[in-house]
Amino acid sequence: MSAAVETAKHASPQKRQRAHLTDRAKAERSLGWKLAGPAFVVMLFVTLWPIADAVWLSLFNYRLTDPAGKTFVWFQNYITALSDPLFWQTFVTTFAIVIFTLIFELIFGMALAMVMHKIVIPRKTLRTIVLIPYSIITVVSAFAWTYAVSVSSGFMNYWLHFITAGGFPLDYDWFGGRWSSLFIICLSEIWKTTPFMSLLLLAGLAQVDSSMEEAAQVDGATWWQRFYKVVLPNMKAALMVAVLFRTLDAIRIYDNPYVMTGGAHETTTLSMLVSNETITRVEIGMGSCLSVILFIIVLIVAAIFVRGFKVDLTSSGGN
Amino acid sequence: MDDNLSTKVKSWLGVAAIPIILWTCVPLLFILAESLKSTTALGDPTQNTFGNFWPKDISWANYQLIFTGGAKDLFLPALWHSVVVCLASTVISVVLAMFCAYAISRLDFPGKKVILTTALAVSFFPVIAMVTPIFNLWRQIGLFDTIPGLIIPYLALTLPLSIWILSAFFQQIPWEMEQAAQVDGATHWQAFVKVVAPLAAPGVFTTAIIAFFTAWNDFVFSLNLTAQNARTVPAALAFFTGASQFTQPTGAICAAAVVVTIPVVILVLVFQKRIVAGLTSGAVKG
Repeated sequence: MSAAVETAKHASPQKRQRAHLTDRAKAERSLGWKLAGPAFVVMLFVTLWPIADAVWLSLFNYRLTDPAGKTFVWFQNYITALSDPLFWQTFVTTFAIVIFTLIFELIFGMALAMVMHKIVIPRKTLRTIVLIPYSIITVVSAFAWTYAVSVSSGFMNYWLHFITAGGFPLDYDWFGGRWSSLFIICLSEIWKTTPFMSLLLLAGLAQVDSSMEEAAQVDGATWWQRFYKVVLPNMKAALMVAVLFRTLDAIRIYDNPYVMTGGAHETTTLSMLVSNETITRVEIGMGSCLSVILFIIVLIVAAIFVRGFKVDLTSSGGN
Repeated sequence: MDDNLSTKVKSWLGVAAIPIILWTCVPLLFILAESLKSTTALGDPTQNTFGNFWPKDISWANYQLIFTGGAKDLFLPALWHSVVVCLASTVISVVLAMFCAYAISRLDFPGKKVILTTALAVSFFPVIAMVTPIFNLWRQIGLFDTIPGLIIPYLALTLPLSIWILSAFFQQIPWEMEQAAQVDGATHWQAFVKVVAPLAAPGVFTTAIIAFFTAWNDFVFSLNLTAQNARTVPAALAFFTGASQFTQPTGAICAAAVVVTIPVVILVLVFQKRIVAGLTSGAVKG
């Protein structure tokens, strides 16, 4: 979205007026904040305040069942958390999911976007159908895939058994090991979020000037060269925004592993670790500390994208 | 569109759509199939066809279980909480965002870029990071496990999204038409009702749908900030039990999942085009 540009365009006639009509400009400014202020304040209250509070609480050794024992311990919680192998295990699990889903969603999402971009016959049907997983509750998707691969009630093992002509064991337990559990968690995540990814990519594809592609074709470029040298560079902005959004979204993964494994077989993610500390063990200090660490991880990833890959969020998106 | 595509390419693209549609629909059809299986069929592959997929005999027992049977007390209140909490947080955030987006698109005041950037940034906060401090405060002031105690954190999900998407929509509206109507002799009120409202309504409506989907999808807040008096459907599903203590809740969960999925699928089918426009012009995760 070209918010900044549009705003500037709208603002320009009024800016010219400001030189003459200072009172009017002042009134407009105050009206602007009167209208936008409430939403802004509520937004800050419900999002920034909890984060700030978490930073403060993370400096305490504070357990809800023992309020009298609340002591200020500086960065002790951070040292404990970062030197705990369990933390690093959840870190690896989370980023394994992030990287695996991202790679597959990029490939599938791009393929899907390209089909949707060019398709003629079931055009509207396809666009409607890919939107359905986006609107499904993540927990429902998690249950659907859990039951699909379950040994007793699932169909997946039967279908794989059939496809491999009996090679795949009917009683294979997907949730019996770490990597097969993670694979199913990723599958559910990919099913649910690829449509959103492909819509962002489709918006980027629509911006690529088709005459450039045609020119490349006339010059004898192959399909792959046209895609790699013409289409991709021209939709780089949309591509990076889609990747950034999905990465930040995937880092906070919680619903799928909670429902599918409950964290068994080393599939606990960072978000699950936070809620285990806070809700199950009521260790408010440690829970807050882990929240802050997760928040900082998100900030670092966002900074890498924005600085390193020059993603401009305010000028991104479809239109 | 691309008229220069050969018929061969066109038909290949049509063929390519088939696996995509299958991949999207199979898990959903399976949830439906599971919900129609009897308790015995759920554990006995010989009573199902297509490789343990579809039941040979359709049973409505799971739906009876969640609407009139043993799981009634778990499902119906959760459904009610979901509807109330999601509608309330959607309405509050869309109304607040409406004023905000109007100011951003029509008025010249310093700080509007700050508002938009903040809205985008906070929609990527790890939600779980807000849970600990809110849990701690709610415990102290008695908001834990209450409807308002869930609506307030839900605003953190829906409000930034609404501000961002609605601003994108409002910036595309030709606001000059309002003045044009007034020049033609319409009063302020007439100009608003006859010109501005019809122009703005589709954007507001789409934003509301996307905000509602986001709230409807929430699991983190509902699971961690409620016990039973305000628990919404996604969290309630995770605590479902079967007809008796010893039966698996599979059928009941699937029936409940189908019930909460039908309304969103209808919304998607009806408003597909607008939702896509809202998602991509806002370019915010839903």
